[in-house]
Order: sequence, then C-alpha cells, then structure tokens
Amino acid sequence: MASDLSDLYQEILLEHNRRPRNFKTLDDPTHQADGFNPLCGDQISLQLKVGDDKVHDVGFQGHGSAISRASASLLTQAVKGATSDETMAMFDEFHKMLTEPDAELDIDLLGDLEMLAGVIAYPTRIKCAILAWHTLKAAMDGENVATTE
Amino acid sequence: MTTAINTPGAPGRDGSGQAHGLDVIDPHRIRQDFPILHQEVNGKPLVYLDNAATTQKPQSVIDAISNYYLHNNANVHRGVHTLSQRATDDYEAGREAVRRFINAPDANEVIYVRGTTEGLNLVASSYGRKYFKAGDEVIITGMEHHSNIVPWQILGKEIGIRLRVVPFNDDGELLMDEYEAMLNDRTRMVSVVHQSNALGTVNPIPEMVELAHAHGIPVMVDAAQSIPHMPVDVQALGADFLTFSGHKMYGPTGIGALWGRAELLDDMPPYQSGGEMIRSVTFEETIYNTLPHKFEAGTPDIAGAIGLGAAVEYLESIGMERIAAYEQALLRYGTERLDGIEGVRMIGTAEEKGGVLSFYMEAAHPHDIGTILDSEGIAVRTGHHCAQPVMARYGIPATVRASLAFYNTTDDIDALVKAIDRVIEVFG
Repeated sequence: MASDLSDLYQEILLEHNRRPRNFKTLDDPTHQADGFNPLCGDQISLQLKVGDDKVHDVGFQGHGSAISRASASLLTQAVKGATSDETMAMFDEFHKMLTEPDAELDIDLLGDLEMLAGVIAYPTRIKCAILAWHTLKAAMDGENVATTE
Repeated sequence: MTTAINTPGAPGRDGSGQAHGLDVIDPHRIRQDFPILHQEVNGKPLVYLDNAATTQKPQSVIDAISNYYLHNNANVHRGVHTLSQRATDDYEAGREAVRRFINAPDANEVIYVRGTTEGLNLVASSYGRKYFKAGDEVIITGMEHHSNIVPWQILGKEIGIRLRVVPFNDDGELLMDEYEAMLNDRTRMVSVVHQSNALGTVNPIPEMVELAHAHGIPVMVDAAQSIPHMPVDVQALGADFLTFSGHKMYGPTGIGALWGRAELLDDMPPYQSGGEMIRSVTFEETIYNTLPHKFEAGTPDIAGAIGLGAAVEYLESIGMERIAAYEQALLRYGTERLDGIEGVRMIGTAEEKGGVLSFYMEAAHPHDIGTILDSEGIAVRTGHHCAQPVMARYGIPATVRASLAFYNTTDDIDALVKAIDRVIEVFG
C-alpha cells in the first residue's frame, strides 16, 4: 500500500513544516474557525480577513503532524488573494486529489498544493492533510468548529 | 545518516546479567502459536508492538471460537437440547476459567461484559445510582483512561458528585500522600487503573485498597492493561470490583469480565434488563435472577466467552509469572535502547511499570513517526491513547507508544530503534 516515503515527505513539505507560512493571528479577522481531528488530537485555528469577496489575509495557529501543518501553510499561501468562489474551487480540487485515485486534476488551480498528492497512498493520513481545508470551509460558511469525524 | 545511537551494540546481552529474564521464554516457539505474526507489511516482516491496543490471538483461541460455531452453536441457559447444553457448558467453563485466573472466591461473582469500558460503566451506573448522593466524592487518578473518567463525570452531572483526581509525579508515579489526604467521609468510591495504558505505571493497588478500606470505601480496579502481563489475584489485591477486556489478553474482542464481591453485587440493581436476567415476569412485577445472570441481560457473546476461556487456558499453559519476567526483561532492553537515542524523550519512567515504551520526539510529530514506522512494517500506537489528561500533564499532544507482549523479541526492539533512525533521517 504505502508508496515510497520520499513521495510523502518531500523536502519542500518538510520545509513548510519547519517554517510554516502565515503562522500568526490576525488583529481583525472577519471569519474564523477551529478545526479538530479527534483521532489524533491535531488542532488548528484559522483566521481570515475577507472584504469585497476577496481573502485579504489569512493566518493559522495550532499543532499537528508535519502533514497537517504543511497543508495549513500551503493553504494560506493558496487562498491569499483568492475570491470565495476560487477558494471553494480549490477546496473541491484538493479534496478530489486526496480521495479520488486517477482523477483528472486541474494542476494550475492546485499549484503548490499538488505536493500533497502523495498523501492519497496513506489513507490514515488523509484527514491530517484535509483538516485545514475543512476548517477553512467552516470559517467561510460562518461555522466556528470543524472536525474531520 | 545521523548517528542516533549513543550506546554501542545491544545493551543487555553483554553477559553482565542485564539480560536476566529473557531466557525464561522462547519467543520464537511462542510465535508459532500466532499465525498472524508471520506476514509481511509494506514489504517488511511485521513487527507488532501495539499490544496495549489489542493483542494477537493464538491458534487455540481461534480454534475454540470456530469449534463453537462449527459444532456447538446454540443459545445458552435456554434449551433442553444437546447443542444448548454443550454451548452452556463451554460458556460456563469460560467463566470458571476466569474465576481461577483471577483467584475469585466464586464463579458467580464473574460477570461477562463487553470489555473494561462496560465493566466500569456497569459499576458507575448500578452501584453509583443506588448509593451516591449530591456532595459525595469519587477518587480516580490523573492517569485514567477516558473510560474511567467519563462514566463518573456523567454520574457527577446527574447526581452532583465530585470527582477527585490523584496527581502523579514526572516519572508517572502517584502521589500517595495526596491520595491519602483525599480520602474522607464523603468519599464513596476509589476507581483506579492498575497499569496505565499511556505510561505503563503499575499502581500500588494493595496499599491504595488498605487506605480506602480503613475509611470503609470500596475500590474498583481497571485491570485492562495489567491482566495480560502479570498475575492478577483479586484476593491478594483486596479490591472490591475488578474489570478487564478479553481482547487485550489474547482473547476475542467484544467480551470481558467484571468481578465484584457477591455481597456488593447482590444489593446492586440490574444494569440492563430483558431476557436471562429475570427469574419471573408478570406485567405487575419482575423478580430478578441471581448472580451472575442478573447482570447479563439478553443473549450474551457466547463465542467470545468461550474464546476468553481458551485465552485464559493458553496463558496458564505458559504461566503469568514467566510472562511477567520475560516482558520485564524485554522492557529493560527496550528502555535502554530507546533512552540511548538522542532526541527521544521517554514518557512514563515509573519504578514499577509494565511493558509500555511511550516516547516523544521534538523533531517529529507522533503521527509522522507512526507513518514512517508503518512503512518499515512496525505497528505502534500514536496519539493520546484515550488519556488526554496524561498528555496535558506532560504538555504534549500525543506520544508514540510501543507496547510489548511475550511474543515480541529483542529483534523487534532493534527494528524499532532502526526505524527511529529513519525518522531522524527524514526529519533531521
């Protein structure tokens, strides 16, 4: 089942884990949510500043595995400057990448998020990668809590 | 590659006597009894070190269960026909095997339950609802599994009882002075884990019982993690209730036992109701059955009980003293090897502990470690082990836990150490 570990733990992913981008709290967020993965105790708080249908700023805090941390870091880079429609399109594409083997993917839309594609070979880790995105969706939908269960 | 091992070679094999105990069991012979161990996972020989989560089953247990379904399947305590008699005999033989195994005075004090969780819930629900009043206190410890926290909390909300928690030191040893100071005339129950699933600590049950009994307080023991690994004698412990799961002691899932003193069980109301637990029913009144049936409503897990009996017989054939001695030797070996790795912090270093190697690494999250270990064919548990207060005590979200059984070998430990090297290689 497990493919080569180096497909999962690519150097750039490990780098995002060591030095996550936008690992901060916002002063005046318009949207926020907490995400939990009760199975492994991963926890993330995500804040967004949205105005004129655009994500102006985003930050996250919390603790979790390298996969969940790097995924959150990549998420913040991906959605900054995006419209809410674009953000949801990325969510759908990311979800597809991790849950549908051999799916045709929009590589341009995914951008750097594609480096998490290897997670699909590790079913127990998919929730780690997707936690930040569920939290984002909860924040955008005006819910305050997201869980992977 | 980073050199992670400070201690050269393999400690414990240098003839200095540290290996004492490793020769009381031949694990390679034992492994022949466990078919599941002979497989490859991710291209590597399976190294199963998740025994505190569940243990593997010997062929004799698997055979006992399939024999029941192949030849004797019938409901118990119901029919006059031959199959029902055979099923009933084997089901009750399992109960007698459990009685013998824990040295209970009477097999009627042994109640089949689904597992430790149900055993704890049964006592909290039945004993607690009958005897507890607002303002009463129940004492547990800071190292309880959630199953020995939540039932009391639910009762606490319902009735208004207060939960008191005995703290422990950095090694994972209970602060007995604080425990003693907590016992008072409002205390109605002490419910304590025998061996911690997250830390491995073996708590001083006889001493705790003595102190509680001096105040006339009954003691409930969660023996889920101790009973597979050491002799457990309810009379020597002095406990009033003791519960455990079959699947952690090489038996099937879905079955376990609660033992309680007959005089306590007799006065407790039924926990669930229905068939089997009644003596006579009219629409006006029901007369409950005697022990143990009063607490066994509905058709039980007959195959599970028979499998549990077979597991007990298997353990008896090896001997719990020998199992304990071997696992202690393996624990010493594993502790020395892991302790020698730079960046590995052992969680749970009590003087008295069972075969649990729980650790934390700053460099890598436990789940990433678990994934890398799995890629090497090594099964460990990563997470909070259903003991979040323990994790909070150490200020960490989770640990990696390698837990031992008597079919594990020093080779398994060596494979674990080598795989941790791989973690350091990836995470630097």
